[in-house]
Amino acid sequence: MVGSAIKHEESSMNAPVTLRQVEAPATATAIKVRAEGVNVHYGDKHALKDVSVEIPERGVMAFIGPSGCGKTTFLRCINRMNDVIPIATVTGKILIDGSDINDRRVDVVELRARVGMVFQKPNPFPKSIFENVVYGPRIHGLAKTKAEFEEIVASSLTRAGLFEEVKDRLHDSGTGLSGGQQQRLCIARAIAVEPEIILMDEPCSALDPIATARIEELIDELKSDYTIVIVTHNMQQAARVSQRTAFFHLGNLVEEAPTEVIFNNPKDRRTQDYITGRFG
Amino acid sequence: MTAIGAQDLAVPRRRGARRVGARHRREAVFKVVGLLATLIGLVALAALFVDLAAHGLQRLSWDFFVNFPSRFASRAGILSAWVGSLLVILVTAAVGVPLGVAAGIYLEEYARKNLLTNIIEINISNLAGVPSIVYGLLALGLFVYGLGTGRSIFTAGFTLALLILPIIVVATREAIRAVPQALREGALALGATKWQVTRDHVLPAALPGVLTGVIIGVSRALGETAPLITIGALTFIAFLPTPPISTEPPFLSFQWLWDGFTVLPIQAFNWISRPGVDFHANAAAACLVLLLLTLGLNAVAIYLRYRLRKRLQW
Repeated sequence: MVGSAIKHEESSMNAPVTLRQVEAPATATAIKVRAEGVNVHYGDKHALKDVSVEIPERGVMAFIGPSGCGKTTFLRCINRMNDVIPIATVTGKILIDGSDINDRRVDVVELRARVGMVFQKPNPFPKSIFENVVYGPRIHGLAKTKAEFEEIVASSLTRAGLFEEVKDRLHDSGTGLSGGQQQRLCIARAIAVEPEIILMDEPCSALDPIATARIEELIDELKSDYTIVIVTHNMQQAARVSQRTAFFHLGNLVEEAPTEVIFNNPKDRRTQDYITGRFG
Repeated sequence: MTAIGAQDLAVPRRRGARRVGARHRREAVFKVVGLLATLIGLVALAALFVDLAAHGLQRLSWDFFVNFPSRFASRAGILSAWVGSLLVILVTAAVGVPLGVAAGIYLEEYARKNLLTNIIEINISNLAGVPSIVYGLLALGLFVYGLGTGRSIFTAGFTLALLILPIIVVATREAIRAVPQALREGALALGATKWQVTRDHVLPAALPGVLTGVIIGVSRALGETAPLITIGALTFIAFLPTPPISTEPPFLSFQWLWDGFTVLPIQAFNWISRPGVDFHANAAAACLVLLLLTLGLNAVAIYLRYRLRKRLQW
Protein backbone atom coordinates (compact mmCIF):
# COMPACT_ATOMS: atom_id res chain seq x y z
CA MET A 1 0.00 0.00 0.00
CA VAL A 2 2.90 2.33 0.61
CA GLY A 3 3.93 4.09 -2.58
CA SER A 4 7.51 3.60 -3.66
CA ALA A 5 7.99 7.30 -4.34
CA ILE A 6 7.24 8.11 -0.75
CA LYS A 7 9.60 5.44 0.45
CA HIS A 8 12.31 7.03 -1.61
CA GLU A 9 11.75 10.51 -0.18
CA GLU A 10 11.66 9.03 3.26
CA SER A 11 15.14 7.59 2.98
CA SER A 12 16.56 10.78 1.51
CA MET A 13 15.89 12.89 4.56
CA ASN A 14 16.38 10.96 7.73
CA ALA A 15 18.58 13.53 9.46
CA PRO A 16 16.20 15.69 11.55
CA VAL A 17 14.17 12.84 12.97
CA THR A 18 16.85 10.33 13.83
CA LEU A 19 15.92 10.40 17.49
CA ARG A 20 12.55 8.92 16.75
CA GLN A 21 13.52 6.61 13.99
CA VAL A 22 13.83 3.62 16.19
CA GLU A 23 11.58 1.03 14.63
CA ALA A 24 8.93 -0.01 17.09
CA PRO A 25 6.81 -3.09 16.62
CA ALA A 26 3.15 -2.40 15.95
CA THR A 27 2.27 -4.13 19.17
CA ALA A 28 4.28 -1.77 21.36
CA THR A 29 3.20 -2.18 24.92
CA ALA A 30 4.17 1.20 26.41
CA ILE A 31 1.14 3.31 27.27
CA LYS A 32 1.32 6.86 25.92
CA VAL A 33 -2.09 8.18 26.95
CA ARG A 34 -4.21 6.90 29.80
CA ALA A 35 -7.69 8.30 30.34
CA GLU A 36 -9.41 7.66 33.65
CA GLY A 37 -13.08 8.44 34.12
CA VAL A 38 -13.27 11.32 31.67
CA ASN A 39 -16.59 13.16 31.53
CA VAL A 40 -17.44 16.08 29.30
CA HIS A 41 -20.50 18.30 29.64
CA TYR A 42 -21.55 20.88 27.08
CA GLY A 43 -23.80 22.98 29.27
CA ASP A 44 -26.51 20.51 30.31
CA LYS A 45 -25.57 17.93 27.73
CA HIS A 46 -23.54 15.03 29.02
CA ALA A 47 -21.46 14.42 25.90
CA LEU A 48 -18.88 11.97 27.22
CA LYS A 49 -19.60 9.52 30.00
CA ASP A 50 -16.91 8.13 32.23
CA VAL A 51 -14.47 7.14 29.51
CA SER A 52 -11.37 5.18 30.49
CA VAL A 53 -8.96 3.93 27.89
CA GLU A 54 -5.28 3.33 27.31
CA ILE A 55 -3.61 4.39 24.08
CA PRO A 56 -0.36 2.56 23.36
CA GLU A 57 2.71 4.39 22.19
CA ARG A 58 3.66 4.39 18.48
CA GLY A 59 0.76 3.01 16.59
CA VAL A 60 -2.65 4.00 15.38
CA MET A 61 -5.77 3.89 17.47
CA ALA A 62 -9.06 4.53 15.73
CA PHE A 63 -12.19 5.93 17.36
CA ILE A 64 -15.34 4.85 15.57
CA GLY A 65 -19.02 5.34 16.26
CA PRO A 66 -22.12 7.07 14.96
CA SER A 67 -22.34 10.87 14.74
CA GLY A 68 -22.63 12.59 18.09
CA CYS A 69 -21.23 9.60 19.99
CA GLY A 70 -18.48 11.62 21.66
CA LYS A 71 -15.46 10.37 19.73
CA THR A 72 -14.40 13.84 18.56
CA THR A 73 -15.17 15.26 21.98
CA PHE A 74 -12.83 12.74 23.55
CA LEU A 75 -10.16 13.40 20.92
CA ARG A 76 -10.29 17.10 21.73
CA CYS A 77 -9.73 16.28 25.41
CA ILE A 78 -6.29 14.92 24.64
CA ASN A 79 -4.90 18.30 23.56
CA ARG A 80 -7.38 20.28 25.65
CA MET A 81 -9.02 21.85 22.61
CA ASN A 82 -12.27 21.77 24.54
CA ASP A 83 -10.83 24.67 26.57
CA VAL A 84 -11.79 26.84 23.61
CA ILE A 85 -15.49 26.06 24.05
CA PRO A 86 -16.76 28.20 26.93
CA ILE A 87 -19.63 25.89 27.90
CA ALA A 88 -17.54 22.71 27.93
CA THR A 89 -16.44 21.24 31.24
CA VAL A 90 -14.04 18.33 31.36
CA THR A 91 -13.55 16.17 34.44
CA GLY A 92 -11.48 13.08 35.06
CA LYS A 93 -7.87 12.35 34.41
CA ILE A 94 -5.92 12.19 31.18
CA LEU A 95 -2.34 11.13 31.68
CA ILE A 96 0.30 11.52 29.03
CA ASP A 97 3.48 9.70 29.99
CA GLY A 98 1.99 9.44 33.45
CA SER A 99 1.30 13.10 34.16
CA ASP A 100 -2.16 14.63 34.20
CA ILE A 101 -2.66 17.18 31.42
CA ASN A 102 -5.60 18.77 33.23
CA ASP A 103 -3.35 19.66 36.15
CA ARG A 104 -3.34 23.38 36.81
CA ARG A 105 0.43 23.55 36.44
CA VAL A 106 0.33 22.20 32.89
CA ASP A 107 0.91 24.86 30.27
CA VAL A 108 -1.63 24.21 27.53
CA VAL A 109 0.69 25.79 24.97
CA GLU A 110 3.39 23.24 25.78
CA LEU A 111 0.85 20.44 25.79
CA ARG A 112 -0.31 21.30 22.29
CA ALA A 113 3.25 21.39 21.07
CA ARG A 114 3.50 17.76 22.20
CA VAL A 115 0.07 16.78 20.92
CA GLY A 116 -0.54 17.89 17.35
CA MET A 117 -3.91 17.91 15.66
CA VAL A 118 -5.25 17.55 12.14
CA PHE A 119 -8.80 18.67 11.55
CA GLN A 120 -11.77 17.34 9.64
CA LYS A 121 -11.69 20.10 7.07
CA PRO A 122 -8.23 21.07 5.86
CA ASN A 123 -7.50 24.43 7.47
CA PRO A 124 -4.20 25.75 6.16
CA PHE A 125 -3.46 29.34 7.09
CA PRO A 126 -4.14 31.79 4.25
CA LYS A 127 -0.40 32.21 3.86
CA SER A 128 2.30 30.57 1.78
CA ILE A 129 3.09 26.86 2.05
CA PHE A 130 6.41 27.80 3.65
CA GLU A 131 4.76 30.05 6.23
CA ASN A 132 2.22 27.36 7.05
CA VAL A 133 4.95 24.90 7.99
CA VAL A 134 7.27 27.28 9.84
CA TYR A 135 4.55 28.86 11.96
CA GLY A 136 4.67 26.23 14.72
CA PRO A 137 8.48 25.98 14.90
CA ARG A 138 8.70 29.76 14.92
CA ILE A 139 6.34 30.35 17.85
CA HIS A 140 8.08 27.59 19.80
CA GLY A 141 11.54 28.87 18.91
CA LEU A 142 12.64 25.56 17.38
CA ALA A 143 14.80 27.25 14.78
CA LYS A 144 16.62 30.51 14.37
CA THR A 145 18.30 30.87 11.00
CA LYS A 146 16.64 30.85 7.63
CA ALA A 147 18.54 27.69 6.73
CA GLU A 148 17.17 25.92 9.80
CA PHE A 149 13.62 26.92 8.91
CA GLU A 150 14.14 25.78 5.34
CA GLU A 151 15.36 22.44 6.60
CA ILE A 152 12.30 22.05 8.80
CA VAL A 153 10.04 22.89 5.86
CA ALA A 154 11.76 20.39 3.59
CA SER A 155 11.79 17.59 6.15
CA SER A 156 8.22 18.15 7.34
CA LEU A 157 6.82 18.33 3.83
CA THR A 158 8.78 15.25 2.87
CA ARG A 159 7.47 13.34 5.86
CA ALA A 160 3.97 14.41 4.88
CA GLY A 161 4.61 13.18 1.32
CA LEU A 162 4.04 16.60 -0.18
CA PHE A 163 7.51 17.95 -0.82
CA GLU A 164 7.94 16.69 -4.39
CA GLU A 165 4.63 18.23 -5.42
CA VAL A 166 5.23 21.68 -3.97
CA LYS A 167 9.00 22.16 -3.76
CA ASP A 168 8.98 24.66 -6.64
CA ARG A 169 6.18 26.78 -5.23
CA LEU A 170 6.80 26.92 -1.50
CA HIS A 171 5.91 30.59 -1.50
CA ASP A 172 2.56 30.10 -3.19
CA SER A 173 -0.55 30.11 -1.08
CA GLY A 174 -1.33 27.01 0.94
CA THR A 175 -5.01 27.50 0.19
CA GLY A 176 -4.36 27.17 -3.54
CA LEU A 177 -3.56 23.46 -3.15
CA SER A 178 -6.06 20.69 -3.74
CA GLY A 179 -8.02 19.35 -0.76
CA GLY A 180 -5.78 16.33 -0.31
CA GLN A 181 -2.63 18.43 -0.62
CA GLN A 182 -4.03 20.91 1.88
CA GLN A 183 -4.63 18.12 4.36
CA ARG A 184 -1.09 16.83 3.88
CA LEU A 185 0.12 20.39 4.38
CA CYS A 186 -1.79 20.45 7.66
CA ILE A 187 -0.09 17.20 8.64
CA ALA A 188 3.30 18.69 7.72
CA ARG A 189 2.43 21.75 9.78
CA ALA A 190 1.67 19.53 12.77
CA ILE A 191 4.80 17.40 12.31
CA ALA A 192 7.02 20.48 12.07
CA VAL A 193 6.51 21.11 15.80
CA GLU A 194 7.86 17.59 16.50
CA PRO A 195 4.90 16.38 18.50
CA GLU A 196 4.72 12.98 20.19
CA ILE A 197 1.06 12.41 19.53
CA ILE A 198 -0.97 13.36 16.45
CA LEU A 199 -4.73 13.59 16.77
CA MET A 200 -6.68 13.29 13.54
CA ASP A 201 -10.33 14.27 13.49
CA GLU A 202 -11.82 12.56 10.43
CA PRO A 203 -8.91 13.76 8.31
CA CYS A 204 -10.26 12.24 5.09
CA SER A 205 -13.94 13.05 5.30
CA ALA A 206 -13.57 16.01 2.92
CA LEU A 207 -11.29 14.18 0.49
CA ASP A 208 -11.77 12.04 -2.60
CA PRO A 209 -10.74 8.33 -2.55
CA ILE A 210 -7.32 8.90 -4.10
CA ALA A 211 -6.39 11.67 -1.67
CA THR A 212 -7.76 9.48 1.12
CA ALA A 213 -5.48 6.65 0.08
CA ARG A 214 -2.47 9.00 0.17
CA ILE A 215 -3.33 10.12 3.70
CA GLU A 216 -3.79 6.53 4.81
CA GLU A 217 -0.38 5.60 3.41
CA LEU A 218 1.03 8.53 5.29
CA ILE A 219 -0.59 7.48 8.55
CA ASP A 220 0.88 4.03 8.04
CA GLU A 221 4.36 5.52 7.74
CA LEU A 222 4.02 7.98 10.58
CA LYS A 223 2.90 5.38 13.09
CA SER A 224 6.46 4.16 13.62
CA ASP A 225 7.40 7.54 15.06
CA TYR A 226 4.22 8.96 16.46
CA THR A 227 1.28 7.90 18.53
CA ILE A 228 -1.67 8.53 16.24
CA VAL A 229 -5.28 8.74 17.28
CA ILE A 230 -7.74 8.94 14.43
CA VAL A 231 -11.46 9.57 14.54
CA THR A 232 -13.22 8.15 11.53
CA HIS A 233 -16.69 7.55 10.20
CA ASN A 234 -15.30 5.14 7.73
CA MET A 235 -15.04 1.66 9.21
CA GLN A 236 -12.95 0.34 6.34
CA GLN A 237 -10.50 3.11 7.08
CA ALA A 238 -10.33 2.16 10.73
CA ALA A 239 -9.74 -1.45 9.71
CA ARG A 240 -7.03 -0.44 7.24
CA VAL A 241 -4.97 1.97 9.32
CA SER A 242 -5.38 1.12 12.98
CA GLN A 243 -4.01 -1.49 15.32
CA ARG A 244 -6.55 -0.84 18.04
CA THR A 245 -10.09 0.45 17.74
CA ALA A 246 -12.43 2.00 20.25
CA PHE A 247 -16.16 2.08 19.62
CA PHE A 248 -18.14 4.97 21.07
CA HIS A 249 -21.90 5.11 21.36
CA LEU A 250 -24.05 7.83 22.97
CA GLY A 251 -21.13 9.22 24.90
CA ASN A 252 -19.96 5.85 26.20
CA LEU A 253 -16.85 3.99 25.27
CA VAL A 254 -18.51 0.67 24.52
CA GLU A 255 -15.59 -1.46 23.57
CA GLU A 256 -11.89 -1.11 22.95
CA ALA A 257 -9.75 -3.91 21.55
CA PRO A 258 -7.28 -4.79 18.81
CA THR A 259 -8.84 -3.73 15.52
CA GLU A 260 -9.27 -7.25 14.16
CA VAL A 261 -11.11 -8.27 17.32
CA ILE A 262 -13.49 -5.30 17.07
CA PHE A 263 -14.29 -6.09 13.47
CA ASN A 264 -14.34 -9.87 13.58
CA ASN A 265 -15.34 -10.77 17.07
CA PRO A 266 -16.86 -7.85 18.99
CA LYS A 267 -18.09 -8.61 22.48
CA ASP A 268 -20.78 -5.98 22.72
CA ARG A 269 -24.05 -6.23 20.82
CA ARG A 270 -23.97 -2.51 19.96
CA THR A 271 -20.53 -2.80 18.40
CA GLN A 272 -21.71 -5.73 16.36
CA ASP A 273 -24.79 -3.85 15.18
CA TYR A 274 -22.73 -0.81 14.23
CA ILE A 275 -20.00 -2.58 12.29
CA THR A 276 -22.53 -4.69 10.44
CA GLY A 277 -24.30 -1.50 9.44
CA ARG A 278 -27.49 -1.97 11.41
CA PHE A 279 -27.32 1.64 12.67
CA GLY A 280 -25.08 4.68 12.43
CA MET B 1 -53.87 13.31 -34.02
CA THR B 2 -51.87 16.48 -34.03
CA ALA B 3 -54.83 18.52 -32.80
CA ILE B 4 -55.33 16.22 -29.81
CA GLY B 5 -51.64 16.31 -29.05
CA ALA B 6 -51.56 20.08 -29.05
CA GLN B 7 -54.62 20.26 -26.80
CA ASP B 8 -53.13 17.82 -24.31
CA LEU B 9 -50.00 19.81 -24.09
CA ALA B 10 -51.62 23.22 -24.18
CA VAL B 11 -53.54 22.99 -20.91
CA PRO B 12 -50.78 22.16 -18.46
CA ARG B 13 -48.29 24.33 -20.25
CA ARG B 14 -50.50 27.39 -20.07
CA ARG B 15 -51.11 26.85 -16.37
CA GLY B 16 -47.45 26.43 -15.65
CA ALA B 17 -46.56 29.35 -17.87
CA ARG B 18 -48.82 31.68 -15.93
CA ARG B 19 -47.12 30.87 -12.65
CA VAL B 20 -43.65 31.17 -14.08
CA GLY B 21 -44.68 34.43 -15.74
CA ALA B 22 -45.71 35.91 -12.40
CA ARG B 23 -42.41 34.91 -10.87
CA HIS B 24 -40.50 36.49 -13.71
CA ARG B 25 -42.55 39.67 -13.33
CA ARG B 26 -41.67 39.88 -9.65
CA GLU B 27 -38.04 39.37 -10.56
CA ALA B 28 -38.26 42.20 -13.10
CA VAL B 29 -40.03 44.47 -10.61
CA PHE B 30 -37.32 43.99 -8.04
CA LYS B 31 -34.63 44.67 -10.60
CA VAL B 32 -36.25 48.00 -11.41
CA VAL B 33 -36.76 48.90 -7.74
CA GLY B 34 -33.18 48.00 -6.91
CA LEU B 35 -31.85 49.98 -9.84
CA LEU B 36 -33.92 53.01 -8.82
CA ALA B 37 -32.70 52.78 -5.24
CA THR B 38 -29.11 52.68 -6.43
CA LEU B 39 -29.64 55.51 -8.89
CA ILE B 40 -31.22 57.83 -6.32
CA GLY B 41 -28.06 57.72 -4.25
CA LEU B 42 -25.79 58.09 -7.24
CA VAL B 43 -27.83 60.86 -8.86
CA ALA B 44 -27.96 62.82 -5.61
CA LEU B 45 -24.19 62.64 -5.29
CA ALA B 46 -23.68 63.53 -8.94
CA ALA B 47 -26.11 66.47 -8.74
CA LEU B 48 -24.33 67.73 -5.65
CA PHE B 49 -20.99 67.43 -7.35
CA VAL B 50 -22.15 69.14 -10.54
CA ASP B 51 -23.78 71.95 -8.60
CA LEU B 52 -20.67 72.51 -6.49
CA ALA B 53 -18.50 72.39 -9.57
CA ALA B 54 -20.71 74.86 -11.42
CA HIS B 55 -20.39 77.36 -8.60
CA GLY B 56 -16.94 76.66 -7.28
CA LEU B 57 -14.80 75.36 -10.12
CA GLN B 58 -13.93 78.89 -11.25
CA ARG B 59 -12.31 79.53 -7.85
CA LEU B 60 -10.14 76.43 -7.85
CA SER B 61 -6.64 77.60 -8.56
CA TRP B 62 -3.21 77.27 -7.01
CA ASP B 63 -3.81 80.54 -5.14
CA PHE B 64 -6.97 79.18 -3.59
CA PHE B 65 -4.97 76.39 -1.92
CA VAL B 66 -2.07 78.51 -0.72
CA ASN B 67 -3.93 81.64 0.43
CA PHE B 68 -5.28 82.35 3.87
CA PRO B 69 -8.86 83.58 4.27
CA SER B 70 -9.33 87.23 3.45
CA ARG B 71 -11.85 90.00 3.59
CA PHE B 72 -11.77 89.98 -0.16
CA ALA B 73 -13.48 86.96 -1.65
CA SER B 74 -11.21 86.90 -4.69
CA ARG B 75 -8.07 86.74 -2.52
CA ALA B 76 -9.39 84.31 0.05
CA GLY B 77 -8.02 80.78 0.15
CA ILE B 78 -8.29 77.58 2.16
CA LEU B 79 -4.69 77.01 3.23
CA SER B 80 -5.39 77.04 6.97
CA ALA B 81 -8.54 74.98 6.45
CA TRP B 82 -7.13 72.06 4.50
CA VAL B 83 -4.00 71.91 6.64
CA GLY B 84 -6.22 71.98 9.72
CA SER B 85 -8.47 69.25 8.35
CA LEU B 86 -5.52 67.00 7.54
CA LEU B 87 -3.86 67.48 10.92
CA VAL B 88 -7.09 66.93 12.85
CA ILE B 89 -7.81 63.76 10.87
CA LEU B 90 -4.27 62.57 11.50
CA VAL B 91 -4.78 62.87 15.25
CA THR B 92 -8.25 61.36 15.01
CA ALA B 93 -7.01 58.32 13.13
CA ALA B 94 -3.91 57.94 15.30
CA VAL B 95 -6.07 57.90 18.44
CA GLY B 96 -9.32 56.38 17.23
CA VAL B 97 -8.10 53.47 15.12
CA PRO B 98 -5.80 51.75 17.66
CA LEU B 99 -8.29 52.28 20.49
CA GLY B 100 -11.23 51.06 18.43
CA VAL B 101 -9.42 48.02 17.04
CA ALA B 102 -8.05 47.08 20.47
CA ALA B 103 -11.51 47.37 22.03
CA GLY B 104 -13.02 45.32 19.21
CA ILE B 105 -10.41 42.59 19.61
CA TYR B 106 -10.86 42.51 23.35
CA LEU B 107 -14.64 42.25 23.19
CA GLU B 108 -14.62 39.60 20.49
CA GLU B 109 -11.64 37.41 21.38
CA TYR B 110 -11.00 37.88 25.09
CA ALA B 111 -14.06 39.08 26.97
CA ARG B 112 -16.35 36.40 28.37
CA LYS B 113 -19.78 36.45 26.83
CA ASN B 114 -22.02 37.48 29.71
CA LEU B 115 -24.56 40.11 30.70
CA LEU B 116 -21.89 42.76 31.20
CA THR B 117 -20.38 42.34 27.72
CA ASN B 118 -23.89 42.32 26.28
CA ILE B 119 -24.61 45.65 27.95
CA ILE B 120 -21.30 47.04 26.69
CA GLU B 121 -22.08 45.80 23.20
CA ILE B 122 -25.51 47.45 23.13
CA ASN B 123 -24.07 50.68 24.47
CA ILE B 124 -21.31 50.82 21.90
CA SER B 125 -23.84 50.35 19.12
CA ASN B 126 -25.93 53.13 20.65
CA LEU B 127 -22.92 55.41 20.90
CA ALA B 128 -22.60 55.24 17.11
CA GLY B 129 -25.98 56.96 16.94
CA VAL B 130 -25.32 59.76 19.44
CA PRO B 131 -25.54 63.20 17.75
CA SER B 132 -22.12 64.67 17.17
CA ILE B 133 -22.99 67.87 19.07
CA VAL B 134 -23.14 65.76 22.23
CA TYR B 135 -19.54 64.74 21.68
CA GLY B 136 -18.75 68.42 21.24
CA LEU B 137 -20.30 69.25 24.59
CA LEU B 138 -18.49 66.34 26.25
CA ALA B 139 -15.19 67.48 24.77
CA LEU B 140 -15.80 71.07 25.81
CA GLY B 141 -16.35 69.97 29.40
CA LEU B 142 -13.74 67.21 29.53
CA PHE B 143 -10.86 68.41 27.36
CA VAL B 144 -11.16 72.19 27.14
CA TYR B 145 -12.31 72.98 30.70
CA GLY B 146 -11.44 69.79 32.57
CA LEU B 147 -8.03 68.83 31.22
CA GLY B 148 -7.16 72.24 29.86
CA THR B 149 -6.07 71.06 26.45
CA GLY B 150 -7.41 74.24 24.91
CA ARG B 151 -9.15 74.88 21.62
CA SER B 152 -6.46 72.97 19.86
CA ILE B 153 -5.88 70.38 17.16
CA PHE B 154 -5.24 67.92 19.98
CA THR B 155 -8.69 68.51 21.46
CA ALA B 156 -10.34 68.33 18.05
CA GLY B 157 -8.55 65.11 17.16
CA PHE B 158 -9.51 63.43 20.42
CA THR B 159 -13.11 64.62 20.12
CA LEU B 160 -13.50 63.20 16.64
CA ALA B 161 -11.66 60.05 17.73
CA LEU B 162 -14.32 59.51 20.41
CA LEU B 163 -16.94 60.14 17.75
CA ILE B 164 -15.65 57.47 15.36
CA LEU B 165 -14.63 55.00 18.08
CA PRO B 166 -17.95 53.12 18.11
CA ILE B 167 -17.94 52.84 14.32
CA ILE B 168 -14.48 51.29 14.36
CA VAL B 169 -15.27 49.01 17.31
CA VAL B 170 -18.39 47.67 15.62
CA ALA B 171 -16.63 47.19 12.26
CA THR B 172 -13.70 45.44 13.96
CA ARG B 173 -15.99 43.09 15.83
CA GLU B 174 -17.94 42.21 12.71
CA ALA B 175 -14.74 41.60 10.78
CA ILE B 176 -13.29 39.42 13.55
CA ARG B 177 -16.51 37.47 13.86
CA ALA B 178 -16.32 36.62 10.17
CA VAL B 179 -12.90 34.95 10.60
CA PRO B 180 -13.49 31.19 10.48
CA GLN B 181 -13.11 29.38 13.79
CA ALA B 182 -11.10 26.69 11.95
CA LEU B 183 -8.30 29.21 11.48
CA ARG B 184 -8.12 29.89 15.22
CA GLU B 185 -8.25 26.20 16.08
CA GLY B 186 -5.53 25.41 13.56
CA ALA B 187 -3.19 27.87 15.23
CA LEU B 188 -4.22 26.96 18.78
CA ALA B 189 -3.60 23.28 18.05
CA LEU B 190 -0.01 24.15 17.13
CA GLY B 191 0.43 25.63 20.59
CA ALA B 192 -0.08 29.29 19.79
CA THR B 193 -1.24 31.52 22.61
CA LYS B 194 -4.40 33.52 22.25
CA TRP B 195 -2.42 36.65 21.52
CA GLN B 196 -0.37 34.86 18.85
CA VAL B 197 -3.54 33.55 17.26
CA THR B 198 -5.03 37.04 17.28
CA ARG B 199 -1.94 38.84 16.05
CA ASP B 200 -0.78 36.32 13.45
CA HIS B 201 -4.05 35.00 12.08
CA VAL B 202 -7.26 36.67 13.21
CA LEU B 203 -6.18 40.26 12.76
CA PRO B 204 -4.62 39.86 9.30
CA ALA B 205 -7.75 38.04 8.15
CA ALA B 206 -9.99 40.72 9.65
CA LEU B 207 -7.97 43.70 8.45
CA PRO B 208 -9.93 44.40 5.25
CA GLY B 209 -13.15 44.61 7.29
CA VAL B 210 -11.46 46.79 9.88
CA LEU B 211 -10.31 49.11 7.10
CA THR B 212 -13.90 49.46 5.91
CA GLY B 213 -14.78 50.74 9.37
CA VAL B 214 -11.83 53.11 9.30
CA ILE B 215 -12.95 54.47 5.92
CA ILE B 216 -16.47 55.14 7.17
CA GLY B 217 -15.24 56.62 10.42
CA VAL B 218 -12.61 58.92 8.95
CA SER B 219 -14.96 60.11 6.20
CA ARG B 220 -17.49 61.00 8.84
CA ALA B 221 -14.91 62.81 10.97
CA LEU B 222 -13.69 64.77 7.98
CA GLY B 223 -17.10 66.33 7.45
CA GLU B 224 -17.92 67.04 11.09
CA THR B 225 -18.53 70.67 11.98
CA ALA B 226 -20.78 70.86 15.02
CA PRO B 227 -18.51 69.32 17.68
CA LEU B 228 -15.54 71.36 16.49
CA ILE B 229 -17.46 74.61 16.66
CA THR B 230 -18.59 73.59 20.15
CA ILE B 231 -15.04 73.16 21.36
CA GLY B 232 -14.16 76.49 19.84
CA ALA B 233 -12.56 75.97 16.46
CA LEU B 234 -11.66 79.30 14.91
CA THR B 235 -13.61 80.46 11.90
CA PHE B 236 -11.14 83.00 10.58
CA ILE B 237 -7.55 81.96 10.83
CA ALA B 238 -4.65 83.50 8.97
CA PHE B 239 -1.74 81.44 10.23
CA LEU B 240 -0.55 77.85 10.00
CA PRO B 241 0.14 75.57 12.96
CA THR B 242 3.76 75.23 14.03
CA PRO B 243 5.54 73.07 11.48
CA PRO B 244 6.20 69.55 12.78
CA ILE B 245 9.73 69.51 11.36
CA SER B 246 12.30 72.19 12.01
CA THR B 247 15.91 72.76 11.02
CA GLU B 248 17.02 73.12 14.63
CA PRO B 249 17.29 70.27 17.14
CA PRO B 250 15.25 68.37 18.17
CA PHE B 251 13.98 68.69 14.56
CA LEU B 252 10.61 67.12 15.42
CA SER B 253 8.03 69.28 17.10
CA PHE B 254 4.59 68.47 18.40
CA GLN B 255 3.78 72.06 19.21
CA TRP B 256 1.21 72.03 16.38
CA LEU B 257 -1.00 69.79 18.54
CA TRP B 258 -1.69 72.76 20.80
CA ASP B 259 -2.34 75.32 18.08
CA GLY B 260 -5.67 76.77 17.10
CA PHE B 261 -7.17 75.49 13.89
CA THR B 262 -10.01 75.55 11.48
CA VAL B 263 -11.24 72.83 9.15
CA LEU B 264 -12.73 72.80 5.66
CA PRO B 265 -16.40 72.44 6.59
CA ILE B 266 -16.12 75.28 9.11
CA GLN B 267 -14.42 77.47 6.54
CA ALA B 268 -17.16 76.67 4.03
CA PHE B 269 -19.84 77.39 6.60
CA ASN B 270 -18.19 80.69 7.42
CA TRP B 271 -18.22 81.75 3.80
CA ILE B 272 -21.74 80.62 3.04
CA SER B 273 -23.08 82.66 5.96
CA ARG B 274 -21.63 85.85 4.45
CA PRO B 275 -23.56 87.99 2.02
CA GLY B 276 -22.23 88.16 -1.47
CA VAL B 277 -22.11 85.71 -4.35
CA ASP B 278 -18.28 85.73 -4.42
CA PHE B 279 -18.00 84.22 -0.97
CA HIS B 280 -20.62 81.63 -1.88
CA ALA B 281 -18.45 80.60 -4.80
CA ASN B 282 -15.59 80.20 -2.30
CA ALA B 283 -17.79 78.02 -0.14
CA ALA B 284 -18.69 75.82 -3.08
CA ALA B 285 -15.02 75.49 -3.99
CA ALA B 286 -14.10 74.59 -0.40
CA CYS B 287 -16.83 71.93 -0.33
CA LEU B 288 -15.54 70.59 -3.62
CA VAL B 289 -12.08 70.25 -2.09
CA LEU B 290 -13.55 68.57 1.00
CA LEU B 291 -15.41 66.12 -1.20
CA LEU B 292 -12.29 65.37 -3.21
CA LEU B 293 -10.23 64.98 -0.03
CA THR B 294 -12.76 62.46 1.31
CA LEU B 295 -12.79 60.58 -1.97
CA GLY B 296 -9.00 60.65 -2.06
CA LEU B 297 -8.60 59.27 1.46
CA ASN B 298 -11.22 56.63 0.73
CA ALA B 299 -9.46 55.67 -2.46
CA VAL B 300 -6.24 55.10 -0.53
CA ALA B 301 -8.04 52.95 2.04
CA ILE B 302 -9.91 51.01 -0.61
CA TYR B 303 -6.67 50.35 -2.46
CA LEU B 304 -5.04 49.15 0.76
CA ARG B 305 -8.00 46.90 1.41
CA TYR B 306 -7.78 45.48 -2.09
CA ARG B 307 -4.08 44.76 -1.64
CA LEU B 308 -4.68 43.09 1.73
CA ARG B 309 -7.50 40.95 0.37
CA LYS B 310 -5.29 39.79 -2.47
CA ARG B 311 -2.46 38.95 -0.12
CA LEU B 312 -4.81 37.00 2.12
CA GLN B 313 -5.30 34.24 -0.45
CA TRP B 314 -8.15 32.25 1.00
